[in-house]
Amino acid sequence: MKDPIIQIRDLTAKYEEKTVLSEISADIPANEITVIIGSSGCGKTTLIKNIFRLYQPYSGSVKIFGQEITTMDEPEYEAILKRTGMLFQNGALLNSVDIFTNIAIPLEQHTKLPAQLIEKLIKVKLNLVNLAEAIYLSPAELSGGMRKRAALARAIALDPEILICDEPSAGLDPLTSNSLDELIMNLKNILDMSIIIVTHELASIHRVADNVIFLDDGKLLFSGTLEQAVRSNIPELKIFFSAGKF
Amino acid sequence: MIRYSDQTLFLEVDLLKENIPGLILELEKFAASTINSVDLQQVSNIDSAGVVFLDEIFLNFNQPELINASEKILNAISKFSSLNLPLQKRSPQENIFIQVGDFFVEWKKSFIWGLYLTADILYWSVVGFFKPRGMKKEAVITQSLLIGVDAVGIIGLLSLILGLIIALQSAAQLRQFGANIYIADLIAISMVREMGPMMTAIIVAGRSGSSIASEIATMKVTEELDALRMMALDPIRYIVVPKFHAITLCMPLLVMLSIFVGIGGGLIIALTYLDLSAISYINQVFSILTFKDIFIGLMKSVVFAWVIVIISSYYGFRVKGGAEGVGKVTTLSVVASIFWVIVLDAINSILFYF
Repeated sequence: MKDPIIQIRDLTAKYEEKTVLSEISADIPANEITVIIGSSGCGKTTLIKNIFRLYQPYSGSVKIFGQEITTMDEPEYEAILKRTGMLFQNGALLNSVDIFTNIAIPLEQHTKLPAQLIEKLIKVKLNLVNLAEAIYLSPAELSGGMRKRAALARAIALDPEILICDEPSAGLDPLTSNSLDELIMNLKNILDMSIIIVTHELASIHRVADNVIFLDDGKLLFSGTLEQAVRSNIPELKIFFSAGKF
Repeated sequence: MIRYSDQTLFLEVDLLKENIPGLILELEKFAASTINSVDLQQVSNIDSAGVVFLDEIFLNFNQPELINASEKILNAISKFSSLNLPLQKRSPQENIFIQVGDFFVEWKKSFIWGLYLTADILYWSVVGFFKPRGMKKEAVITQSLLIGVDAVGIIGLLSLILGLIIALQSAAQLRQFGANIYIADLIAISMVREMGPMMTAIIVAGRSGSSIASEIATMKVTEELDALRMMALDPIRYIVVPKFHAITLCMPLLVMLSIFVGIGGGLIIALTYLDLSAISYINQVFSILTFKDIFIGLMKSVVFAWVIVIISSYYGFRVKGGAEGVGKVTTLSVVASIFWVIVLDAINSILFYF
């Protein structure tokens, strides 16, 4: 594994009194694709949201770019977020504005670039996700796969160093899912990003993963490379890889 | 950050998005210069904004040659260049005549759709009495609690205050002429004919109309209405009709409450400020009110109730977009409901009392 870009130590998360993540410790290496896997409801999305402080962790430590994120001040936290992009499960595009405006928001809010350059950048990013033709369409006019790609263009608008993809294949047919995986791998190479993908699609895991984090019922059972995961003797992990999908 | 020498532009800072605004300002100094080449020897880092900035130089200065660029920089340029992107243009703004024409065509469609919706609601409301299948079970009771019972407090309080205010403002004038007893006439007639029904309708439009519009709009944007349709349930019958029945039942009761409490507010002023007795006040109220006044007041309240449900449902079903759309139609539904309540109230006054 390469040097970690994210270090998680003893991370515990609770919803009211219920513990949903229990003392998770793992490293997420730089410039590689790390896949967080596990059955539905095991805490994958909760882990992501706790790592990036969308939910405040109950206890533990998370270091991103070497900085402790759980206790840092708002300006420092925002600086971390500006170096991070996230593709949400349903895209989370703003439905009231067109794709152009969706992608323009982070560029207009976080850079002082003139409008003309922002417009060109938006076109570049849409071209990278093969969606140049949809620039002035509204999200409602796009198919599920196109919406994901548009959301991906928004996530990479600021050339993030870390990209998080929450179930990118959810709701997509195998072909679209495959092409989205290829697109994510392409973008990783183009933008030199570290990518975290939350998924339980076995085909997708085999296609993209360099490293695997396996969660079961809020506990970390495995963290290592894909090869190590496939050969692992952990019963739950063996079942996962043999069953394909929980 | 930029140096110019011998028709060559030397870029001496990393081409990252935080440096670009400063570079653009500096570049303006060389707008009239001839630039044949751009030297990138000092540039060690570049991002997508930097590449697009180079594209701008390329287009604005007669395609200068890039020199001394490292492999990393050239690689980034090849990935992010905007020069050969497909041309996508916004559709041009249509002229005023087309816009006006479109507006009327759209208005006509909306109007016809509104008529269909009204007909559907009225039809299913009548049918729903006899065939409750297809309607949410016990929804009329739940809706009656939400629309009627929950509004009792606010309508009672505001009606009391309204009665007090009208009585107080009038009392001083009436006392000058020794016409103290006519405070009962004034309060009774104004509360029964106008203030009771209209104020109740305005409060119900704000409370329940907005709730109906936002509920339906949210269900539409989250595809819940489509889900109901796919379960062979008519959304109007399942969602709107119980609200229609509930509001038809509750509105006259709320208006009666408003009238009663408003007249009670007048009584407080009559007792404390005008030295009238409660008996004489109440006798005067009963002597001045006619069956026609009470009947029209209550009928009006039912019409207002229907207008609120129909308008709120109309806007709820016509929602476009996501969260912002829901907020917009909720506001529109309240504004339109209050507008039409006041307009219909004016028409009613002209028809029956002019």
